[in-house]
Amino acid sequence: MEPFTAHTGIGVPLRRSNVDTDQIIPAVYLKRVTRTGFEDGLFSAWRQDEHFILNVEPFSRGSVLVAGPDFGTGSSREHAVWALMDYGFRVVISARFADIFRGNSGKGGLLTAQCAQDDVELLWKLLENEPGTEVTVDLAEKVISAKDLSMRFDVDDYVRWRLLEGLDDIGLTLRSADAIDEFEANRPARMPRTVTSASG
Amino acid sequence: MGRTLAEKVWDAHLVRAGQGAEPDLLYIDLHLVHEVTSPQAFDGLRLAGRPVRRPDLTIATEDHNVPTKDVDLPIADPVSRTQVETLRRNCAEFGVPLYPMNHAEQGIVHVVGPQLGLTQPGMTVVCGDSHTSTHGAFGSMAFGIGTSEVEHVLATQTLPLKRFKTMAININSADGTLRPGVTSKDVVLAVIAKIGTGGGQGYVLEYRGNVIENLSMEARMTVCNMSIEAGARAGMIAPDAITYDYLNGRDHAPKGAAWDEAVVAWEQLHTDDDATFDEEVTIDADTLTPFVTWGTNPGQGLPLSERVPDPQQIADENERIAAERALAYMGLEAGTPLREVPVDTVFVGSCTNGRIEDLRAAAEVIKGRKVADGVRMLVVPGSMRVRFQAEKEGLSDVFTAAGAEWRSAGCSMCLGMNPDQLAPGERSASTSNRNFEGRQGKGGRTHLVSPLVAAATAVRGTLSSPEDLD
Repeated sequence: MEPFTAHTGIGVPLRRSNVDTDQIIPAVYLKRVTRTGFEDGLFSAWRQDEHFILNVEPFSRGSVLVAGPDFGTGSSREHAVWALMDYGFRVVISARFADIFRGNSGKGGLLTAQCAQDDVELLWKLLENEPGTEVTVDLAEKVISAKDLSMRFDVDDYVRWRLLEGLDDIGLTLRSADAIDEFEANRPARMPRTVTSASG
Repeated sequence: MGRTLAEKVWDAHLVRAGQGAEPDLLYIDLHLVHEVTSPQAFDGLRLAGRPVRRPDLTIATEDHNVPTKDVDLPIADPVSRTQVETLRRNCAEFGVPLYPMNHAEQGIVHVVGPQLGLTQPGMTVVCGDSHTSTHGAFGSMAFGIGTSEVEHVLATQTLPLKRFKTMAININSADGTLRPGVTSKDVVLAVIAKIGTGGGQGYVLEYRGNVIENLSMEARMTVCNMSIEAGARAGMIAPDAITYDYLNGRDHAPKGAAWDEAVVAWEQLHTDDDATFDEEVTIDADTLTPFVTWGTNPGQGLPLSERVPDPQQIADENERIAAERALAYMGLEAGTPLREVPVDTVFVGSCTNGRIEDLRAAAEVIKGRKVADGVRMLVVPGSMRVRFQAEKEGLSDVFTAAGAEWRSAGCSMCLGMNPDQLAPGERSASTSNRNFEGRQGKGGRTHLVSPLVAAATAVRGTLSSPEDLD
């Protein structure tokens, strides 16, 4: 994974709450077996409306999404993160994120920056009044800035460290291989197995 | 100090406690796999040259894409077919047991695990599917994960996780029962309407109280299943005699001395009297009546006896805009009695309400009656076992005699990845779990209901409960 330190790009105001992952990418796009190429599925139902924000210049070139609370609710589909990133988004700013979506974002390198709804409202007004305004999200300093606005955001410290370092979770976990072996050796024999001729 | 059920299960799976900001590393006892969220994970393993660490703690089934009729033919949609074939190849290559279409054990992943006895109290269970919370009904810690985490579990049988906060959901009534016509689906819809779609974020919910204690295992699974719709990754219920009765004798349940040993261990799995929850919510179950959703998220629900709400009376601006959008999408007028909302389709099925008790409840209502003219009713059992059992009990005959379609097992119209979908503008009463825009088909409008309300709605053609029937 590429390290993420700071990002600057056009901010996109998405004035909707409860943006569920079925809206971010509908199930019909989940049939693919590849990990890339999901940009056409991003908000595909909403994008059919010509007035939808991503159909309006310069927002179509945006990379920092500013959304209402409870972003990413519903299905666990990581395709939602892939679709946002394939489209070009690097950061989503919201007052509240659904747990699974936030976890998936951290794995894929999409930053979920959590800030107060009042700050989201300020960003919305700025981005709507001055379309094309660039937003800078500094992960090292945990600060969002755009024009005269400057606000702090929250992100899990561990996720922040991993993003800053560009580290991969599996590699990190395998550093604890001995502890996993030891735990496994002590599991009760009665625990169920899915196959009778056990391996592993 | 005492510990909650969730804390006990967590502590028992700690491979390594995180230092500082670092997450804990938890061991995973059971990993369920399906065709949609796994292909990229298996690809990742192949690229890194990693094996599946514990194929014997992993099980796969085909559910999201599978058609529910003509199941002996190849899947017509080439993209769906490729995804199912990819799962078969991956399972063969990595040694993961698989229940494919047409296998007697095939079905929705969250119906299959419990019915095989693979889901047991005190376990950690994960799946690349948010409704994994279902398995918490057994007193296990079960939650949905993304594809990167699927790869992580395949490779290491562990997950790095931050400890969840705990929330008690107390559901009591005077005599511990629900009023006639009220089901566990109505209970959980009422919980979500109360705490909101984000209310459970960061928490594991523990459902408690005399109503929960009296629910069957299948009804408990319905409650835990929808924990995610309240934002909680996991929902749990302490195991008890009802749990043990359900498990005893199932294929993968412990046998003989191992069973006795297991029950001794399971009896420790309850929240200690002196434990404290980070949050507590209480619902008076005596006030509950059949519940339906009117909007486009599962928190937008009301008792069936109410009217479509008026957004102008909602004070919060964002909530008001959300309600206005929802009514426009749903094609509903504020003030319309919910009982007068006509539907085109009734769907009985899904990991929420596709088990045998759900089908029995729906069949009981529709027996000797007819599906209303112009209404299509689909009954999709959650697994092949449920299907065979329903056929043995004559339930399938009840449904077909009423004019409903009797199908094969799968996720089906819950999310419309297979051909079972709503057409644009079509309206459904659905026993599934999500009423999001387009969830059941582009432009489709979904009202979430219990199996009883679904069956009564099919008969009257408008949202109804059994008491509305002659």
